[in-house]
Amino acid sequence: MPWNIESDRPVYLQIVEHIMNDIFSGRIKTGEQLKSVRDLATEAAVNPNTMQKALQELERIGLVYSRRTSGRYVTEDAELVKKLKEEKTLEQLKIFLERMENIGISKQDLIRILESK
Amino acid sequence: MDELLRIENLSKKYGSKTALDRLDLTVGRGHIVGLLGPNGSGKTTLIKLIAGLLTASEGKILVNGNTVGVESKKVISYLPDTTYLNMNQTVDEVIKLFKTFYADFDENRAKNMLAAIGIETKTRLKTMSKGTKEKVQLILVMSRRADLYILDEPIAGVDPATRDYVLNIILSNYDPNASIIISTHLISDIEKILDQVVFIKNGKIERFGNVDDIREKEGKSIDALFREVFKC
Repeated sequence: MPWNIESDRPVYLQIVEHIMNDIFSGRIKTGEQLKSVRDLATEAAVNPNTMQKALQELERIGLVYSRRTSGRYVTEDAELVKKLKEEKTLEQLKIFLERMENIGISKQDLIRILESK
Repeated sequence: MDELLRIENLSKKYGSKTALDRLDLTVGRGHIVGLLGPNGSGKTTLIKLIAGLLTASEGKILVNGNTVGVESKKVISYLPDTTYLNMNQTVDEVIKLFKTFYADFDENRAKNMLAAIGIETKTRLKTMSKGTKEKVQLILVMSRRADLYILDEPIAGVDPATRDYVLNIILSNYDPNASIIISTHLISDIEKILDQVVFIKNGKIERFGNVDDIREKEGKSIDALFREVFKC
């Protein structure tokens, strides 16, 4: 996936979302080693300190952990990934439902439309 | 030592005109700092003072704890906004020159970067396009193992693809013990590789801070903020 970083909101948050999406979708597998900060920063064309901050944030969430000498890895905890993925889904659904409501489409309408297609 | 550059109460006057007005600034190691300001704000004056090409009217500049002079020049790699190379020379000859001048020049690093973009080192500079010359010059400057890199308008005259390549050179040479100061007014192209910015206005520092903190606080890009602060 190309990085598509925008300049109008914190870059580190966008990196966190990007890597999260890669993990949720399986583009990066659980237990897989991440590239180095330098390589990731060059690939995303962002400042290495910003990349570092994003990885630290992912560590704080628990999606990523570091081994003292060999770099950073994606968690092996599939349950955690599933839980975070569900949280993300709900978050996105909420936004979507609000938008639909705004144009006068109720949850029932949506279910009907989804099932008929 | 974490503090790489310390500027205190720095003023520079040209006759009765004040270019820099009692400016304070401290830069640590491992940062890419954008020095942003409109034309005539004092960017180039500040850079030339740090590089030791001008002398201050007042105040002091410390690089690695040393005042500007022989010691500071050893650890500063400076890319001026105009070319200073002899256009009749080949890239090989310029590399030789850099090796003689700078003990920290890494010839292999330069040759690898030149080869990566297909620049033939037997070519004379005058036969190259403006963009290629700028790339060669940037590669030479970034091939020193310096503590402080100062790049004055490194992307001013190049096309968008070359601009991306220039940013890539800067990022791939990133060293956590060194810092890079980049002066530019093409902010939107460069702001993602910065982690700190200095806004300079009428010879004074208008803002200094971490770029993501600014984005978070202002809810807009550095480019948009710049346009607001420097609105004519």
